[in-house]
Amino acid sequence: MADVTQEERERAEQRELPDRDAAREWLEAMMLIRRFEERAGEMYAKAKVGGFLHLAIGEEATIVGAVRAMRDEDYLISTYRSHGHALSRGADPNKVMAELFGREDGVSKGRGGSMHMFDLEHRFMGGYGIVGGNLPLAAGMALSSDYRGTEEATLCVFGDGASNQGTFGETLNLAALWDLPVVFMVTNNQFGMGTSLERHSAVTDLHGRGEGFGVPGLRCDGMDVVDTYAVIGEALKQAREDRQPVLVEAITYRFRGHSMADPEEYRSKDQVEEWRKRDPIQAFARKLEEEGILDEGEAEQLDAAVVKTIDEAVTFADKASFPPPESLYDDVYVLGDQVKGWYSVDERSAGVHRGEQERELAEQDRGPQDEYGDAVEQAQREDVGIEKATDEAQADDDDADEASAGDEASGRGRGEDDD
Amino acid sequence: MAVMRYREALNQALREEMERDENVFIMGEDIGVFNGAFKVTAGLLDEFGEKRVRDTPISENTIVGMGVGAAMTGLRPIVELMTINFSLLAMDQIINHMATIHYMFGGQVRVPMVVRMPQGAGHQLGPTHSHSFEALFLHVPGILVAVPSTAADAKGLLKSAIRDDNPVVFIEHEYLYGQRGEVPDDDDHTVDFGQAAIRREGDDVTIIGISRQALTAEKAAETLAEEHEIEAEVIDPRTLRPLDLDTILESVRKTNRAVIVEEGWPHGGVGANLAALIQAQAFDYLDAPIGRVTGADLPMPYSRPLEQIAYPHEPQIVEAVIATFRDL
Repeated sequence: MADVTQEERERAEQRELPDRDAAREWLEAMMLIRRFEERAGEMYAKAKVGGFLHLAIGEEATIVGAVRAMRDEDYLISTYRSHGHALSRGADPNKVMAELFGREDGVSKGRGGSMHMFDLEHRFMGGYGIVGGNLPLAAGMALSSDYRGTEEATLCVFGDGASNQGTFGETLNLAALWDLPVVFMVTNNQFGMGTSLERHSAVTDLHGRGEGFGVPGLRCDGMDVVDTYAVIGEALKQAREDRQPVLVEAITYRFRGHSMADPEEYRSKDQVEEWRKRDPIQAFARKLEEEGILDEGEAEQLDAAVVKTIDEAVTFADKASFPPPESLYDDVYVLGDQVKGWYSVDERSAGVHRGEQERELAEQDRGPQDEYGDAVEQAQREDVGIEKATDEAQADDDDADEASAGDEASGRGRGEDDD
Repeated sequence: MAVMRYREALNQALREEMERDENVFIMGEDIGVFNGAFKVTAGLLDEFGEKRVRDTPISENTIVGMGVGAAMTGLRPIVELMTINFSLLAMDQIINHMATIHYMFGGQVRVPMVVRMPQGAGHQLGPTHSHSFEALFLHVPGILVAVPSTAADAKGLLKSAIRDDNPVVFIEHEYLYGQRGEVPDDDDHTVDFGQAAIRREGDDVTIIGISRQALTAEKAAETLAEEHEIEAEVIDPRTLRPLDLDTILESVRKTNRAVIVEEGWPHGGVGANLAALIQAQAFDYLDAPIGRVTGADLPMPYSRPLEQIAYPHEPQIVEAVIATFRDL
């Protein structure tokens, strides 16, 4: 179990709080993530959301603290636990929820799902499903910023599990070698999926791991939004002004399972309860009240507004259309004079088809849009068996699945990979 | 027209495109100070400087991934992998990222980049340094795949690849680097992707040769004409994605026979794929089963006599063509 030292905690305590408006906005941003994630979990249990769902409940301060330390022109790149990053960067909650629902109006038009959010407008450069896969991309973005002579910096977020991938060492070396304006932020939530830090890393002080590559390390209390903001801010400054990449370790804990299919046998309920006492949202609200920045009852008002936003997001997502089948091949390639289409053979098309003609062909084959949407929803419900009220029930079900088949590909009782 | 080596044609393409667009840059192992393991990038560092010609550490996966990140944010990177054998270390970035990002994020961002690398056996480099992997890359939707066999195509296709907004896997060939050919003088000589070249016309059989094997197929066609009175039509697809299937089908409908030649492994090979496409669309025109000549189904041996029989040469192509004329 990694944690900040007493000294670091005291340092965090003494940090200057943001002004009233910023403080309220940070609190609200954390609440938005919390409520979004809770509702996403419920929607998953109702089979509105497919695939994997990784929630960031407990990690809100690492997200908001880091993102608020960034400039608009900076790039943010994240992992498969990225709803919060998208939201904090400014993505429309409606579109993030619609992506979870697999709808055409989702941020990634229903192509990516929970693990692959993206919002170019806000320079949220994506959530990525391959652990450690985003590090090289981040260095490439920083290289691009440098090449174009800009002051942009890149913040690359990944988990403790990713720090054991080969890309970690390769990318840190290159970033330092080429003096790139990039900050690597390892969100140390103590587990790579179900493998604890001590069981996956010989050296558990992750922020020290960059030194051998020429990347100095900093550590922050990831349960404290103000400390996270300050440390990431310092790291971004070094990256931007001194062209010195920095590795920041944010100590945190995820309150929920790795994904919705996680019986959590690798940790005790007591341990979870201990960390819940450090709930980053409650802690920040309490502090703001103590300091007189927040009036009594104001936190509840903020929360109520956030809940309303999420209600609207769910309504929006539910009403949005599924991507029509004729859009299946859209955006595989950038089509143009040179690439007009490509020959393909797949189970969907009886014969050989070309990508650019697929729209017309498929349109002829399908019925009215409503029937199509209903059929998709029905299939999704059948995929999970019956509707489930809670994800605990889901977990029980997954246990049963594992006992019998334990098949990744069958419905929702899925195992998973790292972090 | 100027006569030059394949590697010089590639070098010209790189130089011209870097002059044309300041967002084009190249990175890879030993491409700068060393001038490239195969000298394709010779002189570029002196001409364009360290910002645009970047020697990298030996970190294939990360080099490709950095290219992806740079391409997503406004640049047009060219990544040289020293040989195709090392692309296996970069497969995650090539498939899960480079090929996928445009689709995965609903078309919001493009990945205009080129990954160049040579393939091929024949230099006694043994099992880990003699691969031909066009089939692996052909397998992946989201990338374009070029397999130029002549100096003119090497230059024209590379220029098109650099200008295209899709990620391109550009497969060169170690044997071909030293081969000479005529190349148009025009600065703007480009070759469009998705257009096969008919290297030799003939009415009796269609031979489709991939990468270096397009040249071997041409030689085999001359032998077939001289010694067996068989006039073969030789087609070089030049790009595998997109594929100019129309030209291939038109030829097969004329000749009623097809033989596909590639250097890679037989199972799941380019020929397996092409044979499926041809039979699906021209079944009634075929007078014989489609023939295939491939690399042997094994890791490439070092010893010269073994290596020489482990990848296609002219006699095997001649034999495969003649087999399509035997009574069934």
